[in-house]
Amino acid sequence: MKFNWLEFTVGCFLAAGIAAAVILALKVAGLTMTGGSADYYTVYGNFSNIGSLKVRSPIKLGGVVVGSVAAIRIDPRTLRPVVTMKIDRTYNELGSDTTFSVLTSGLLGEQYLGIKPDFASMDDDGNPSYLKDGDTTNFTESAIVLEELLGKFLYSLSSGKDSAQ
Amino acid sequence: MIQPQDSLIRIENVTFSRGFRKIYDNVSMHIPRGRITAVLGPSGTGKTTLLRLIGGQLKPDSGDILYDGISVPSLSRSKLYELRRKMSMLFQSGALFTGMSVFDNVAFPLREHTELPEELIRTLVLMKLETVGLRGAASLMPSELSGGMARRAALARAVALDPELIMYDEPLTGQDPITMAVLLKLIKELNTTLGITSVVVSHDVSEVLSIADWVYLVSGGRVLAQGTPDQLREEKHPDVHQFVHGLPDGAVPFHYPAGSYLEDLRQCH
Amino acid sequence: MPLSLIQSLGRRGVSFFTALGRALLMLLHSLVGKPNFRRHFPIFVEQLYATGVQSVMIIIVSGLFIGMVLGLQGYNVLVQFKAEASLGPLVSLSILRELGPVVAALLFAGRAGSALTAEIGLMKATEQLSSLEMMAVDPLRRVISPRFWAGFVSLPLLTFMFSLVGIFGGKMVGVDWLGIDEGTFWTGTQAAVEFYQDIVQGMVKSVLFAFIVCWVALFNGYSCLPTAAGISRATTDTVVHSSLLVLGFDFVLTALMFN
Repeated sequence: MKFNWLEFTVGCFLAAGIAAAVILALKVAGLTMTGGSADYYTVYGNFSNIGSLKVRSPIKLGGVVVGSVAAIRIDPRTLRPVVTMKIDRTYNELGSDTTFSVLTSGLLGEQYLGIKPDFASMDDDGNPSYLKDGDTTNFTESAIVLEELLGKFLYSLSSGKDSAQ
Repeated sequence: MIQPQDSLIRIENVTFSRGFRKIYDNVSMHIPRGRITAVLGPSGTGKTTLLRLIGGQLKPDSGDILYDGISVPSLSRSKLYELRRKMSMLFQSGALFTGMSVFDNVAFPLREHTELPEELIRTLVLMKLETVGLRGAASLMPSELSGGMARRAALARAVALDPELIMYDEPLTGQDPITMAVLLKLIKELNTTLGITSVVVSHDVSEVLSIADWVYLVSGGRVLAQGTPDQLREEKHPDVHQFVHGLPDGAVPFHYPAGSYLEDLRQCH
Repeated sequence: MPLSLIQSLGRRGVSFFTALGRALLMLLHSLVGKPNFRRHFPIFVEQLYATGVQSVMIIIVSGLFIGMVLGLQGYNVLVQFKAEASLGPLVSLSILRELGPVVAALLFAGRAGSALTAEIGLMKATEQLSSLEMMAVDPLRRVISPRFWAGFVSLPLLTFMFSLVGIFGGKMVGVDWLGIDEGTFWTGTQAAVEFYQDIVQGMVKSVLFAFIVCWVALFNGYSCLPTAAGISRATTDTVVHSSLLVLGFDFVLTALMFN
């Protein structure tokens, strides 16, 4: 077949457009090729207050993103939020007593889940125990709500004054 | 005299108006098969409109146009396209496709409508181009052609599929005498050698009368006169006489209708 | 006076709906029907070149500059709140959701849309469309349809390129010049950008915009007065109408999708 400059450039154009879409998906949206649940394991966390945590908020371990919030719902019995967390399988040796806390990046930044690992988690037989897929944890710290914080502060201020009198 | 059953196209009592202006008012014409029919008339009388009516690009308000017995206005879109394969039209500007060479332009209808192999198409195209004397210009682009050459190339394209009917829309307008002679010769030759029915719409009276077999003179939405060229030259009707002999004033006044000249001038002061 | 006002309003209304009807018919006749791939595919490729390949340069250059400006402006604001880390999400979300589809469509209307109108208008003025009809070749199928599909395919691809180059332009300014950590930039971006929410819906927008721009451009060309003045008028109309429609539909789509 004869080389056709026009067809060649059109081919390049199509390839470049599709490549751009793929790079956007991989690099910008952070979509992984294998995708799906295989690379993640799910842990449910019972919180008392999640603040402004959202679906897709990052889960960080020492500042490194290791997973994300997959779903947030209210447990109908306890009326407390349950956060479904997807954590990268690479980090599957988190002690079962690991604490998840709702933290804020910077003063005005987005909220995320911080992991404080626990290295002394043991099961009943004294073997180290780790969080597994489908586990539910109660080791959580809720979000700090500014109004509650201010309320406590004012209360402590006034009670401090009372005691001084 | 030409018998009605020899007619390829019969225009029966056609009325056509554009906006509020009546272009044709109850007009009937018969185009004889295998002959050159000239439709003459002053500019602006809708001669091109007539060709578009025959080609089905426009639909008449009333009346019928029969092509070989088939009513053109009542055809469906697909049937109309089928019918158009039998006719072809030479446009005033030539209407060559600007993005293609002369060769590709002439090959266009062959490639669109036939499944012929490329070598055969090449032979056919070169034959058609040879007929119009442009074989040497096959590789030129339309923008490189003179007006007369463009029309000849367009003519080659128009006959590429060997149509039954060719409609020429003002083929002679704006051409130098040599080109005019060439085009007239080509129209005549195509008619005599291939037996193609030809309709020539024009206002170049003397040139067209020299090749036509039958002439219609159209003006003001009506057929003023019809007959052989000789009959028309002898016609005594003042309108016909003025047009055929090209007189500046007569039944069609030199002046556009206006009020009194003196009155207009007086108002300037 | 009010009577004539109402009358002229009515006349405009009637002519608007007549034009809309004719535009719909044009689209219908050109897109519906058995496609002839062998004949029409080469024309489609040719038109991909004219609308797509020839628009790549303007799209990439504008994308780069828009991304860089966003990076610079965003940084200046965010740094006041010590939130430079959010530059990635800012640049990529605004480009993926809005600027990419919209600006690419506007540029496409100016570059390819006006060219399409002028080309079709010129074909009409020089009787090429009529001559196709008389050659028993439907100009809607032969001329309009491949151009429509080519534009329809081109714009979403151009939008991807625009977005990608824009985000990298923002990254270049933020990371390479202003010193934000590259890891922070990308993790922030990846956490904020979601594939379906942002990329796919941005693409949905650009597909609709492609439809609008191509339709407007082709109809304006196809229905223009076959004179020099008519073509120049139609070309201007294409850019104005399609830009307004793109911006209007952008609002509608945003309201529908992101809420």
